[in-house]
Amino acid sequence: MLDDFMIRAALAGLGVAIAAAPLGCFVVWRRMAYFGDATAHAAILGVAISLSLSMSVFAGVLLVSLLMALTISTLSGRGYAMDTLLGVLAHSALAFGLVAVSFLTGIRIDLMAYLFGDILAVTPEDIAIIWGGALLVLILIGARWSALLTATLNSDLAYASGIDPKREQLVLTISLAIVVAVAIKVVGALLIAAMLIIPAAAARPFSRTPEAMAVIAALIGGVSALGGLWAAYHFDTPTGPTIVCLAAIIFAISTVVSAINTSR
Amino acid sequence: MKLVDIQNLTVRLGGNTALHDVSLEIRSGEIVTIVGPNGSGKSTLLRVVIGALKPTAGNVQKSDNLRIGYVPQRMHIDPTLPMTAGRFLGLPKRVGATQVSQALTQAGVPELATRQMSRLSGGQFQRVLLARALMNRPNILILDEATQGLDQPGSAAFYLQIEDVRQQLGCAVLMVSHDLHVVMSASDRVICLNGHVCCEGEPEYVASAPEYRALFGEGTKGALALYRHTHDHTHSHDTQGGPK
Repeated sequence: MLDDFMIRAALAGLGVAIAAAPLGCFVVWRRMAYFGDATAHAAILGVAISLSLSMSVFAGVLLVSLLMALTISTLSGRGYAMDTLLGVLAHSALAFGLVAVSFLTGIRIDLMAYLFGDILAVTPEDIAIIWGGALLVLILIGARWSALLTATLNSDLAYASGIDPKREQLVLTISLAIVVAVAIKVVGALLIAAMLIIPAAAARPFSRTPEAMAVIAALIGGVSALGGLWAAYHFDTPTGPTIVCLAAIIFAISTVVSAINTSR
Repeated sequence: MKLVDIQNLTVRLGGNTALHDVSLEIRSGEIVTIVGPNGSGKSTLLRVVIGALKPTAGNVQKSDNLRIGYVPQRMHIDPTLPMTAGRFLGLPKRVGATQVSQALTQAGVPELATRQMSRLSGGQFQRVLLARALMNRPNILILDEATQGLDQPGSAAFYLQIEDVRQQLGCAVLMVSHDLHVVMSASDRVICLNGHVCCEGEPEYVASAPEYRALFGEGTKGALALYRHTHDHTHSHDTQGGPK
């Protein structure tokens, strides 16, 4: 029999995995991995701001992540050296966040919980927010799926079909901020990008269409979340990192299996 | 009927004037080729027509029932993105299997529906792009140097396919091409572009226009002279032509 907190943790983990999977596919296809990192790292600054203003952590993280994602999105069209710029933004956002948190002398906060997640402490309200955000992201991406795919393939192809690729980029940017905000309690700011990228990358060898890849990524993410939760409970390891470890192991197996299949 | 009517178009890109005071029109069913040196604004012009760029000044009028089939210059599909040719044809609008195989047949590659895009050869890839451009039954097909990267027999075969498609659909074709042989033999009208419209008319007229020669003639004297020579022998009727 599972404990109550384990059921809540499982629900939270599944919610994040399901929302992260289709978005993670786009992050992989569009080579936005660093973009995801920068947005997630900015979340720590969001945590500091929310705590000092005593507002909801979800709201603060959502706001700061959204600002970060929009900034990068705007700059990316202007011919900056993107990898350098993202590296600067990602790590300085994290550093400023950590410094900002240290100023909060009045409040004792468990920084580790925000860096690596604290899935075992999620409340029923957290679950409602996580699933609300997850469904919102799924609806957003589902509704614009074809347009997003077309814009991902080629922006001129999108324009010729009457699709504005900048609008589609905005859809992804907003989705990313939502996923970061709901995932910070589950896997923490440092490992959110892992939940986006690793299941999608692990799903790639088994997929013939983009739709299949999104569904398989969701399955892998879900299995990682539940299995990681179980393993963390069993071996008494930190939950967020254990979930990511399991996803990484699945990725390694998937890569080896596909290498064997293609060499045959 | 005019499909596209461009009046005094000027486009500035990052401080440079890519096009200035360009006026031209595309009528239904005609094949119009744009030629011009690198950086002459050919792709910019096409990108204005498909709506990817906004004119800085001037007017671009498109007919209400305009359906564009666009074949981009070069397209890279990231290997992390799984995509069968059949699925690609259903973007952005899902289509049935019969429509997919019909379009692939029209483009000359009926057997590719289940193949991964990343595994196609250059020629196959361009034909799948062409097939996708045919999905919404376009009345104008726009091709931006669509044969770049194909060898000469490959690009000749590709242009024959386009000619074939045009006859089946009756659509207009607007293309950018460097392939002078093809340009001259397959176009109804050639527009020589160099930031502005240098000259415009039937292929024979443009080829003999001093503006065109100033752009292409001096540097490529040998090749062009040879080409003009053979052309004169095969087409004896079209020595007139004139400015529009």
